[in-house]
Amino acid sequence: MSQDPTVVLALIDWWRLAENFLILSAISMGGPLILLPEMRRFLVVEQGWITNEQVTASVALAQSAPGPNVLFVALLGWNVGMNAGSYWTAFFAAMLSMICMMVPCSLIVYGAARWVQQNAHKLFVRAFKQGMSPVVISMLIASGWTLATAGTELQADWPIWLLSAVTVGLVLWGKIPLVLLIAIGGALGALGLLGGV
Amino acid sequence: MSPEPRKAPGSVRELFVFFSLLALQGFGGIIAFIEKGLVQNKKWMTREEFLEDWAVARTMPGPPAINMGIIIGSRHFGARGAFAAVLGVFLFPSFLVLGLAVLYSSFGHLPEVSNALRGMGAVAAGLLIATGIKLLTALPSNVMGLRVCAVLVVVTFVMIGLLHMRVAYALFGLGGLACVYAYRCLGRHRAADPASSRKDRGQS
Repeated sequence: MSQDPTVVLALIDWWRLAENFLILSAISMGGPLILLPEMRRFLVVEQGWITNEQVTASVALAQSAPGPNVLFVALLGWNVGMNAGSYWTAFFAAMLSMICMMVPCSLIVYGAARWVQQNAHKLFVRAFKQGMSPVVISMLIASGWTLATAGTELQADWPIWLLSAVTVGLVLWGKIPLVLLIAIGGALGALGLLGGV
Repeated sequence: MSPEPRKAPGSVRELFVFFSLLALQGFGGIIAFIEKGLVQNKKWMTREEFLEDWAVARTMPGPPAINMGIIIGSRHFGARGAFAAVLGVFLFPSFLVLGLAVLYSSFGHLPEVSNALRGMGAVAAGLLIATGIKLLTALPSNVMGLRVCAVLVVVTFVMIGLLHMRVAYALFGLGGLACVYAYRCLGRHRAADPASSRKDRGQS
């Protein structure tokens, strides 16, 4: 583990943190995780506020916690604030980052949603929805596929693959609540039945 | 479109509670929970309608699952509804995840923890794939026809899932072409059958 940097944040730095997320928010087409390299460049390379390990841990933690994955942005802010001194700066930086990441894109989507609703009957709006549908479905499947297979090999990690496959079957043909499936997966993992570290 | 009567959220508060509960259950992404909650449990929309909104949510900036909340909230209660949905998705999970961040710094090194997270990740991956497969069942009513849809699904999967190309290429490149094609199909549809297009317009 590398040493976390100690950071001093001046007022202008708080603004830079906010501004960075405000801009990224407006261009986060396809989801905020796509912009992770940008965030890493700004926070780690340019400002030196957090380490690469803290970025990776933030994403992993947000993905394994309940709630939207975009909460990794709050954790990035949390780490910046922790390196700057206390739980209070951490909490403030987390909230600031999260709010700045959500406000611009939410306003854009709200405007677009109203517009789409008012023009729902127009030919090009319907064409947009119909044309995009197969692509966005496939992207959902592909992101599940990537999540299931990233960093694994069939020979060594077949229990993990099997668990993902069984989950697909249970969701499609079973009546088990989704959250229970997650809990079962966690328990199987903790018991060491899936291999791993 | 299905003839059964559609339900709707009764109040802004119900919307807030709905999204809060989903977000608190949604490990590894909440879209699987939103789909099941909206289409199967609450029956606020059909799978076809969900897919149409998802197409918009996925192409706009921001997290698609939260964009779904904004679209649905604003449809029923305007800006208040959109705000309630977003607040519901974020409020409790943000505190939870910050609490976990504190715990993680003390327990994250335990092998049981990382192995449990691996197991939960594998299930979350399965949930995403299953949700995608469920949405595939809405494609037969697509104006482009099943064969073109199948080609689009396969090509997108190869681009992103297997070749790990940038999402933007699939979304705006391939998706853009598909929209142009869908536009032509809809135009042909309308020319061939003016009565059905009038009915479509009356519905919306």
